[in-house]
Amino acid sequence: MKSFIEYIVSVFKGLWTLLVGMKVTAKYFFTPWNHVTQQYPENRDTLVMFERFRGEVIMPHTENNEHLCTGCGICEINCPNGSIEIISKSILTPEGKKKRIIDQHIYHLGMCTLCNLCVKACPTGAIVMGQKFEHAVWDRALLTKVLNQPGSKIAEGVKE
Amino acid sequence: MSEIREVIINNDRLATDEYLVNMGPQHPSTHGVLRLLVRLEGEKVLNVQPHTGYIHSGIEKMCEAISYPQIIHLTDRMDYLSAHMNNEAVALCVEKALQVEVPDRVKYIRTIMDELSRLASHQLWWCVFGMDMGALTTFFYGLRDREKILDIFEETCGARMTVSYSTPGGLMFDIHPNFQKRVKEFITYFRTKLPEYDKLLSGNVILRERAEGIGHLSLKDAIDFGVTGPSGRASGFSCDMRKHHPYSAYPFVKFNEILDHRCDTLARYEVRILEMYESLSIIEQLIDNIPEGDYAVKMKGVIKLPEGEFYQRVESARGEFGVYIVSDGKKNPYRVKFRSPGFSNMFALNKMAKGHKIADLVAIMSTLDLIIPDIDR
Repeated sequence: MKSFIEYIVSVFKGLWTLLVGMKVTAKYFFTPWNHVTQQYPENRDTLVMFERFRGEVIMPHTENNEHLCTGCGICEINCPNGSIEIISKSILTPEGKKKRIIDQHIYHLGMCTLCNLCVKACPTGAIVMGQKFEHAVWDRALLTKVLNQPGSKIAEGVKE
Repeated sequence: MSEIREVIINNDRLATDEYLVNMGPQHPSTHGVLRLLVRLEGEKVLNVQPHTGYIHSGIEKMCEAISYPQIIHLTDRMDYLSAHMNNEAVALCVEKALQVEVPDRVKYIRTIMDELSRLASHQLWWCVFGMDMGALTTFFYGLRDREKILDIFEETCGARMTVSYSTPGGLMFDIHPNFQKRVKEFITYFRTKLPEYDKLLSGNVILRERAEGIGHLSLKDAIDFGVTGPSGRASGFSCDMRKHHPYSAYPFVKFNEILDHRCDTLARYEVRILEMYESLSIIEQLIDNIPEGDYAVKMKGVIKLPEGEFYQRVESARGEFGVYIVSDGKKNPYRVKFRSPGFSNMFALNKMAKGHKIADLVAIMSTLDLIIPDIDR
């Protein structure tokens, strides 16, 4: 008889623990307005990422189509995956000296792990991390980008 | 066919009632591509044989070709839930080899980040454990709170999981101006939410019936298999690296090592829940006292370690994580070995699951908190 009572008590105790848990879920079920998730694709226009968010490597250009990249290749050395290729060319300055400048700053987004080492190593701050994170494309070749815009040149007064 | 061949090679013929079942590599409850070759008699588990290597990525070998600051970003990809601890282990190992003393500010921030990662990892473990037990509700509650920590990471480190925040000689960035405010907000928020975890799952009669006395791992077995972390501490194995080999700011804080001597699934569950409280109190002790100073020591452009062997271990969310670097004086390491907690923990599975039902095997595996990239590396 005693064990039977214990059994009945344990059944009700067990049911009580389930009700305690269901009380929590019921609380959120009836007060959902505080606990909704981000409505991501709908809030795309108002979505602001954190300023340090690492989405991709970009090279900012001024309105005169000038950038800060000297083509030194330090980012290429620091990159662990070989996602950066620097192609430089030599030109003649007006003083008649030979000078190496950047021809193409090729960036393979598909290989990049966004470790921030290139941005940290850049002596002139020419490349920064961009906020864009929607990188899906139909063709893998589209993930290879040339960061310096066509016709762009190095800004005045950048130390080599 | 290969399974049958393995049985024949071992000269271990199946009895008429027994059969072999492949659990995984695509089974949802293995949390990744882990294949368990389970030998069953009806529903009873007779033997569990883990087969790894499905996502072996050769990280140790890749480390031999890259320089020390570049290793950091690969360690993110191993145990992605305690990425910051892995980063810190490599950073500490390189600093130890170069005999660089980092400023106190770096130590404090690293410790806070460690504990935040541990919290995030245990939260995810909690919700996945509930899901493995059949309680899908917990999954949403755990992820809801984890989101707050990931936001803190995103604001300060620039990434949510693969943070790459500790570098040899300090940190990648200084903390964000909002960091302290956000962390304090999170602590007050999470202190109100953590009792909900207990209400939802810890007291639940179904969980207790399924967890109590299941998956017994004795202290001797835990030491023999090298089971560390919360899984080891639930067997009474005092193995907390934060206590025994303090690093970063752990010597400055007071905290308890959570030990449990019941050795079963429930013990492993409760150790992790209590560790969350400990992590909160560690962060509370540090967050107001972050000293002023530099966030990194100026290191040479090319870091070359002196010739020799260096080992550094840290307590990751799953156990003892070790980094062993053999250097020949060049800018790349000669050999890197990672001692990952998941690998050792996984092989205790056979000991724990033997004799239990197959549904218990899922629960036992869940309490070990296996991360497969950590095991395969």
